[in-house]
Amino acid sequence: MKVSMTVNGARYDHDVEPRTLLVHYLRETVGLTGTNIGCDTSSCGACTVLVGGESVKSCTMLAVQADGADITTIEGLADADGELHPVQEAFREKHGLQCGYCTPGMVMAIVSLLKENPHPTETEVREGIEGNLCRCTGYHNIVAAALYAAESAKAGAA
Amino acid sequence: MIPASFDYRRASNLDEALMMLSDGGDDAKLLAGGHSLLPLMKLRLAAPSTLVDIGRIPDLSYVREEGDALVIGALTRHRDVETNRLVGEHAPLVAHVAGQVGDPQVRHRGTIGGSVAHGDAASDLPAACLAMGATFTAVSPSGTRTIDSSQFFLGFLETALRPDEILTEISVPKATGAGWSFQKFNRRAQDWAIVGVAAVRGDRTGVSLVNMGSVPVRASAVEAALAGGADETEAASHASDGLEPPADLNASSEYRRHLAKVLVRRALEEARAA
Ligand SMILES: Cc1cc2nc3c(=O)[nH]c(=O)nc-3n(C[C@H](O)[C@H](O)[C@H](O)COP(=O)(O)OP(=O)(O)OC[C@H]3O[C@@H](n4cnc5c(N)ncnc54)[C@H](O)[C@@H]3O)c2cc1C
Ligand code: FES
Ligand code: FES
Repeated sequence: MKVSMTVNGARYDHDVEPRTLLVHYLRETVGLTGTNIGCDTSSCGACTVLVGGESVKSCTMLAVQADGADITTIEGLADADGELHPVQEAFREKHGLQCGYCTPGMVMAIVSLLKENPHPTETEVREGIEGNLCRCTGYHNIVAAALYAAESAKAGAA
Repeated sequence: MIPASFDYRRASNLDEALMMLSDGGDDAKLLAGGHSLLPLMKLRLAAPSTLVDIGRIPDLSYVREEGDALVIGALTRHRDVETNRLVGEHAPLVAHVAGQVGDPQVRHRGTIGGSVAHGDAASDLPAACLAMGATFTAVSPSGTRTIDSSQFFLGFLETALRPDEILTEISVPKATGAGWSFQKFNRRAQDWAIVGVAAVRGDRTGVSLVNMGSVPVRASAVEAALAGGADETEAASHASDGLEPPADLNASSEYRRHLAKVLVRRALEEARAA
């Protein structure tokens, strides 16, 4: 079936098998391998991307369901001259990653969270990333990074 | 993990969906948010020959007031139920429970209709519907009917919906200002309830249980005890009467019975003060 969608601002048209998962479409057909597959059972959140600005586990959505949608992956966050998105910058500043495997999904989940709730409490951050598992950090610095990103957005807006 | 092959049909309205569903034969399935069905298909526990995608039918996602009820379109996503002002005001239990389903990513895709139609004993929204005394509207080529939530959940992943029917609406009697509580016991964030309890205490008293049998159930013995004047602890002691809770790697049946009593008591106490 023919699908067309916008991924990180560029339009893609492909013919896909209906059973193709969005994550496989993004990684193998579009060639954007920043989105990771961790569990394949909808549990870990490593595959999180934004669909219409909202976080979605791309291993639990068919590419045909995303036909016509506007998708953002981790590759689409930094701007054209490579300046990091505030959430990426916050992960660097707060050392929010170790092996980095969960990081693309974590960053996308936090971008979505901050859009819905720009000034979350620590508890709200922890609940907001309950769909994302990290085997390394113990979450502490990931939460710190999310709070830092929220703070710096506030500072930027002032 | 990739699902087995299937034919994909996308419906742009309800009539088209009904037609595609009957054209698809015995093995056709509706696809709403896909957050129960796709995981099963990836594990090849389900392999429908045809998927009829109803996810884009525009007029099945809404919340409206209709007299003494709130009506919620079947395709309303958990996130929209959670944050809707009308649901928050007139059915706060339902709004809260929608916010306890899975995680934010799941709530961005999963729909209330899919959750009800899937009929999983471990799921949260069916219990909220039971406690609130909700009714469900189903449409088929032969017409429209209304099914009471207490008659809807029939067996393991089996509901009163016929294969040619589409659930279109959930009607929830308003419980504005009533006391309510949802107790979801799990070991890790994001997990399904090991046992859950939904309770409303106002003009109408409703208590229901998550994961205490093969279907989402009302705690009828608790409701009857309360109606007969029992205090909360006494009523809660009937939480598992007549039920056969499952045993799995999270809990034995015995442990679930114990949890149900504790959680029902907490729910009744929390819902008392309105
Ligand atoms: C990681 C994860 C965690 C989760 N945790 C929880 C949890 O804690 N609590 C909880 O309650 N749920 C949980 N869920 C399930 C979630 O709530 C699902 O969204 C919901 O159960 C199904 O809704 P859906 O729209 O995704 O349905 P789908 O998966 O699209 O459909 C489910 C079934 O219902 C049928 N169906 C769908 N819509 C209709 C309709 N309108 N009429 C007739 N039949 C229909 C389909 O044919 C299918 O058989 C979780 C899911 C995931 C992936
Ligand atoms: S790979 Fe999608 S949730 Fe783990
Ligand atoms: S940094 Fe290794 S999994 Fe999170």
